[in-house]
Amino acid sequence: MTLEHMKKVRLHDIAHARAGDKGNRSNISLIPYSAATYEILLEQVTEKRVLELFSNKGASKVVRYELPNLPALNFVIDDVLEGGVNSALNLDQHGKTLSFLLLTLLVEVPVTLTVQNTG
Amino acid sequence: MVPSVVNIGCGAGFSGDRVDAAIPVVETLANKEGPKYLIFETLAERTLALAQKHRRKDPAHGYSPFLENYLRPILKKCYETDIKIVSNFGAANPKGAAMKISEIADQLGCKNIKIAIVEGDDLLQVMSSQDIQNHPTIEGLEIGDNEVVAANVYLGARPIAEALSRGADVVVVGRCTDPALVLGPLIKEFGWGEDDWINLATGTMAGHLLECGGQVTGAYFADPGYKDVPDLANVGFPIAEVANDGSLIITKADNTGGLVSAQTVKEQLLYEIHDPENYFTADVILDISKVRVAEVGPDRVKVSGAHGKQRPDTLKATVSIDGGWMGEAEMSYAGPNALKRSQLAIDVLKSRCRDIKTNNPIRFDIVGTVSVHSGDNEDTANSHKYPDDGDYRIRVATCGHDKEIVERVNQEMLSLYCSGPAAGGGFRQHLTDQVQTASILVDRNKIMPKVHFLTGYA
Repeated sequence: MTLEHMKKVRLHDIAHARAGDKGNRSNISLIPYSAATYEILLEQVTEKRVLELFSNKGASKVVRYELPNLPALNFVIDDVLEGGVNSALNLDQHGKTLSFLLLTLLVEVPVTLTVQNTG
Repeated sequence: MVPSVVNIGCGAGFSGDRVDAAIPVVETLANKEGPKYLIFETLAERTLALAQKHRRKDPAHGYSPFLENYLRPILKKCYETDIKIVSNFGAANPKGAAMKISEIADQLGCKNIKIAIVEGDDLLQVMSSQDIQNHPTIEGLEIGDNEVVAANVYLGARPIAEALSRGADVVVVGRCTDPALVLGPLIKEFGWGEDDWINLATGTMAGHLLECGGQVTGAYFADPGYKDVPDLANVGFPIAEVANDGSLIITKADNTGGLVSAQTVKEQLLYEIHDPENYFTADVILDISKVRVAEVGPDRVKVSGAHGKQRPDTLKATVSIDGGWMGEAEMSYAGPNALKRSQLAIDVLKSRCRDIKTNNPIRFDIVGTVSVHSGDNEDTANSHKYPDDGDYRIRVATCGHDKEIVERVNQEMLSLYCSGPAAGGGFRQHLTDQVQTASILVDRNKIMPKVHFLTGYA
């Protein structure tokens, strides 16, 4: 598909997410609203891009797990919680809000793709 | 006789959860055929250390402080309709919890109720404080000479199943894996063996989906216009229907808000999971990498495809040590030029904090710009993205073992009332007693869980 057939959207428009914490490590699930967009996530939401997105918070490593039958991705991000619930000075010690930081990432989708927003 | 379906509802997903959520779950379970269970999960990693501190102050305490709020509205109905209750209300004092439940049961007229206590999670009973301090931790944190406040092993589902087989109406545990609260009843009803990895995996997955209460039924999910949830204020808590062929349906209490959809189940399935092929528990290593979910009716989702691998030879224990103090203080600036006044206030605070000459970490935020999504040392307010006029709240946070230094930083925020920029208002502060936790792995043969009944105890 050529460039003029593509548009940039935030992940928030095509996927949902939830963050969980264990120590100084966060995991964030990324679930496409439509199974058809799973391929877009696979191609564009790479470990490298996610690490870059969270680098300001000290993230040191990202591992991406694929769950094709759901479908969904699961990102495990090391050292992103500024110490985690034991010692982080951040208001959000658990990193609960980080799922919506992930959803700010821009991805390219076909202009014909319907994005989620019923409101 | 092995039942065809076991129904298990969840009444609470953490220690601060809704106290009335269990009522519609019990109403729904009461009308179901077959064995019925209600679980309460109220024990986060650090909750147990706080409970241990309570117990040291008063030996009668140290169990879930909300126990009575959760149980009083539903205990009698559960007893009368044969709904068994399984919970980690015990925290640092399972026997104390059991005695409290017995007292409530007496008041409600639940005659001859059988309350079982699962003990054996307290690692300090089998390992010396010094051995624990010297033990390597999974996180690499050195425990060193820090006082061990609490050390508890995550027990599995077997002792819960034993308590139920011996006739318990209520089972009180201290620390166990959260899914064990659900797997225990399933092992009791279906007689699953210790190496029945597939079924143990399905039961563990059911427990994982239920253990956070409403998080699988539309709570912690709503995103207006994107993920809409009906009547979130009355979100119904989940019920799992597990059949003897290992099939699993997630549904929720009747006549409640919320929803159970493929989306809500997927979010909770991956919650706090790292490697989907290797979720370690005391009973089985759960593999959810091939799991499928399917909506099979209104608020009914079938979850299938869990795999299981041989359980680990070690059990995880959480060790809690004293973590010093955390100080937090806040002040608001609003109206014309509020962002500049907020920035000036922070400059003043930084200068004053330098004079304190401490090595403790100190963090500054301007809430209304970027705060929770920014790093500890980021200056987000200077990006010119935010209007000078507005309603901003500045915040300082610090931690350390020297209480006076931590308090001094809070005091600097307070002093802005008279000595800071114009029109700061709404000062608030917190000083919190901190607990640090670390995980260690313990040979499972060292841990001997025991089931007692309250009557035999007294």
